[in-house]
Amino acid sequence: MLKQSLKKINLYYIKHELTGRYTVTFFGFFLIFLTLCLVFFLASKGMATFFTSHRSPAEFLFSTQWNPERDVSQGGPAIGALIFIVGSISISVIALAISAPFGVSTAIFMTEISPSLGKKLLQPAIEIFVGIPSVVYGWVGLCVLVPFIKKSFGGFGFSLLAGSLVLAVMVFPTITSIAADSLRSLPFEIKEASYALGATRWQTIRRVILPAAAPGILTGIVLGLARAFGEALAVQMVIGNSIRLPKSILDPTTNLTSIITMDMGNTFMGTLWNNALWSMALLLLLITFIFIILIHKIGSKGSFSK
Amino acid sequence: MTIKSKTTDKIATAIFYMISGLVILLLVMFVGYILYNGRERLNLRFITSAPAFSKAGGGIGPQLFNSLYLVLLSILITVPAGLSAGIYMAEYARPSRLTGAIRFCIEALASLPSIVIGLFGMLVFVTLTGWKFTLLGGALTVSILNLPVIARISEDAIRAVPSSVKEASLALGATHWQTIVKILLPSALPGLITGIIVTSGRVFGEAAALLYTAGMSSPQLDFSNMNPFSYKSPLSPFRPAETLAVYIFKVNSEGLVPDARQIADGASAVLLISVFIFNIAARFAGRIFSNKIAGRGAAQ
Repeated sequence: MLKQSLKKINLYYIKHELTGRYTVTFFGFFLIFLTLCLVFFLASKGMATFFTSHRSPAEFLFSTQWNPERDVSQGGPAIGALIFIVGSISISVIALAISAPFGVSTAIFMTEISPSLGKKLLQPAIEIFVGIPSVVYGWVGLCVLVPFIKKSFGGFGFSLLAGSLVLAVMVFPTITSIAADSLRSLPFEIKEASYALGATRWQTIRRVILPAAAPGILTGIVLGLARAFGEALAVQMVIGNSIRLPKSILDPTTNLTSIITMDMGNTFMGTLWNNALWSMALLLLLITFIFIILIHKIGSKGSFSK
Repeated sequence: MTIKSKTTDKIATAIFYMISGLVILLLVMFVGYILYNGRERLNLRFITSAPAFSKAGGGIGPQLFNSLYLVLLSILITVPAGLSAGIYMAEYARPSRLTGAIRFCIEALASLPSIVIGLFGMLVFVTLTGWKFTLLGGALTVSILNLPVIARISEDAIRAVPSSVKEASLALGATHWQTIVKILLPSALPGLITGIIVTSGRVFGEAAALLYTAGMSSPQLDFSNMNPFSYKSPLSPFRPAETLAVYIFKVNSEGLVPDARQIADGASAVLLISVFIFNIAARFAGRIFSNKIAGRGAAQ
C-alpha cells in the first residue's frame, strides 16, 4: 500500500515537478544561447571585412575615406568609417548634454519638490514619452524641427543639431525614470540630517541628495547614451545623410545606424560594401556591451545600494 | 540660514517648477501637433482602405492589420518563453556565475539597438531559412527584442509576491511547481498583464528591426481569404508585411505618392492613438486583475 502510494507520488513528482523545472531552466539558459548566437553571427559577418576582404581594422576605424565602390584606378574601394563613428558619438553626446540636465531636474522635482504633481502629472507624461514610437519622433522632427532650424539659423535644416534634439527628447524619459528611482531609494535619514542642520532644500539637494544619488543618475545617463547611440530611424530622418565630417552643429552629416539603415537594402551579401556595413553593426554591438559593463562598474561603486 | 541662501532656495525651486512645466508643455505640444495634423485622416476610410500607388487618397488598412497581427504573433512567441525564463530566474536560479551570465545576457539583449537585432533577424529568419521577407520572420525578430523585457517583468512580478503567501502554500504540502503555477503566477498576474501590454505597445511602434525582416512591402491582401496558408490571405504569416511604423518611414523616404505628407500625418496620429490605447488598457487591466485577486503587493 505504502509502496504504491509512494510510487504514485514519485511519478507525479517526475511528471510535473521536473518537467516544469527543466522547461523553465531551458528558457533561462536559452537567453545565454540567444546572446551567443547573436554575437557569433554578427562577429562572423562583421569580421569578413578584415579576414575575407583583408582590410585593416585601422583603416575601418580611423580613415574618413568612405567610397566602397571606387574604381581600382583611383585607388580601389575605401571603407573608412570614421565619419559615421564621429557622427554617432557627437550626436549622442550633444543629445545627452541637452537631455541630462532636464532629466535630472525633472527627477528631482518629482521626488523632492512636488511628489504629488510628480505622480499625477509627470509620471504619466514620461510614460507617454516612452511609448511614442521612434518614427513618430523622426516624423515630427522632420516636419517641425528641420524647417525651424533652417529658418532661424540658415543651412539645410537637416543637421547634427536636428538629430541631437530629436534624440534628446527620446532619451529624456530613460534618464528621468532611472534618476527618479535612484533618488527615491535614498535613505530618508540623510535628508532629515541635512534639514536638521539648517540647510535649505536647495542646499540639501545640491550637497547631499545629488552626490548620494550620483551612481544611479550616472547609470541613467549611460543608458540614455546607449539608447541614443543605437537609435536608427528617427535620426536617419533628420540628420541629412551626407557623408562628410560636420564643421558645425548646423551641418548635415550621418552616423552608423543611418548608413546601415540606408545601404543594407541596396548592397549584396558578400560584397565589401555590405561587409563594411556588418562591421559597423558589430561595432554597435561591442559599444553596447561596453556601456553595460560601464553601468555595472558604476553600480558596484554605489554607496547607498541596498 | 542666511537671507542669501533662502533666496537661492526660492530661485532653485522656481527653476525646477519651470523645467517640469516645460516638459509637460513639450509633451502637450507634441501630442497636440500630431493629432491636429492627422485629424482629417482620422476616419474609417483611411484606416481601412488599401494604400494607393502613385496617386493620392490611399489608406493604411493592410499596414494597420499587419501591425496588429505582428503584435499578436510576437506575444504568442515571447510570453511563454519570457515567462519561463522569468520563473527560472525568480524561483530556481541560485546566485552563481551562470545566473550572473544570464542576467548579463538579459541586460545586453534588452539594450542592443533594434537595428542590430533587425540585422541578426535578417541573417537568420530571412537568409538562412530562405523565407525571404515574412511576417513570421518579423515577429520572431521582434520577439528577440522583447524576450529579455518580458523575462525581467515576469521575474519582478513573481518576486513581488509576498513570501508569506509562498510559504503558506509550501506548508500546506504543495510542491514547488504547484506553488509556482497555482499561487505565484496568479498573484503576479496583474503585474504580468500590465507588462505584456506595455511591451505590445512597443512592438506596435517598432520599425528599425522590421525593415529588413518583415519587409517594406505588402502583397495585395484579399480579406475574404481566411486560409492562413494562402499567400494572399491576411492571416498568412509567410508573406511580406509592412507595418504602420515602417510605412511612415517608407512613405516619406520614397515619396512615391503625392499625398505622402498627409498619409504620414494620419498614420502618425493613428500610431499615437494606438499607443495611448495600449497604455490605458495596461492601466485598467492591471487594476481589474489586482482587484479580482486578493493577492496584494503584486499590483503596481
